[in-house]
Amino acid sequence: MLEVVLFLLIVLAGTGGELCVSRAMKAVGEVKDFRPAAIARVISRALRVGWMWAGVGLMALAFFSLLGALSILNVSFVVPVTALSYVAGALGAVFFLREQVSRRRWAGVFLVSLGVTLVFLGNR
Amino acid sequence: MLDIHIRLVSRMAGTRFLILRRQLVQSSVSRKPVHLKTFLLILVMVIAGPLGNVLLGKGMKQAGSLAIWPPTEALHTALRVFATGSIWLGVGSLLVFFLANVLVLSWADYSYVQPASSVGYGVSALLGYFLLSEQVSPLRWLGIAIICLGVLVVGQTNPRSLERSPTGMERSERA
Repeated sequence: MLEVVLFLLIVLAGTGGELCVSRAMKAVGEVKDFRPAAIARVISRALRVGWMWAGVGLMALAFFSLLGALSILNVSFVVPVTALSYVAGALGAVFFLREQVSRRRWAGVFLVSLGVTLVFLGNR
Repeated sequence: MLDIHIRLVSRMAGTRFLILRRQLVQSSVSRKPVHLKTFLLILVMVIAGPLGNVLLGKGMKQAGSLAIWPPTEALHTALRVFATGSIWLGVGSLLVFFLANVLVLSWADYSYVQPASSVGYGVSALLGYFLLSEQVSPLRWLGIAIICLGVLVVGQTNPRSLERSPTGMERSERA
């Protein structure tokens, strides 16, 4: 049960964090200048967006959940299962960001889901 | 008059040709180091990311039981975790991965770099098997291979949600 909670936190908080950061960075605008001073300006602009703080908080939660999972489970089990974030990412892109997801991406998402199912079955 | 015009045009064309040639020579000269740089950074990504995960796994196993309640216990647990050398090596390794990823994405296409992420799942499992002596069943290996393939397929789709139309207006991805 603890494993399931930790995986849910890794995947949902991680993906939620990335979506929040993505939303914040869309508000900041496309980064075209990669000089240190320009990057520092982008970071200071991003830190004034609320979504960025929500994103960083969720990503930190996902990281500590990953540490928790690695303390009780094998790396060769935990890391492949975290690929479920691609499934959550595709669903989040559709429902949260209102993006269109191509058929090819759905095919990839299906393969990831199938692989994670086999990894779970192989752990028994 | 016509002669002057033709000479002028041919001279302009010649200059343009020279500029084009110089650009071609410069691009062919600078292309090789860029490819080598990209290859090396992708190699760093493929190794540093999974190695970071394996080191975190090793460190967390060393840290022992993780009590998070009451809050004083959580503090003790956190202190014990962050006093473990492997955890810091793992965090450092993941930072190297992150830095290499950001750097390479500043000039290379996402779909060109992304296979490194898909390979990372397999490399993590291999490092877990060889460095941490983890038991991996054939079914789990099969699952990991399918995950790598799935992540590769996801990565080969257009990562941009918006693209510019000829009129300059943005439209949604329809691929």
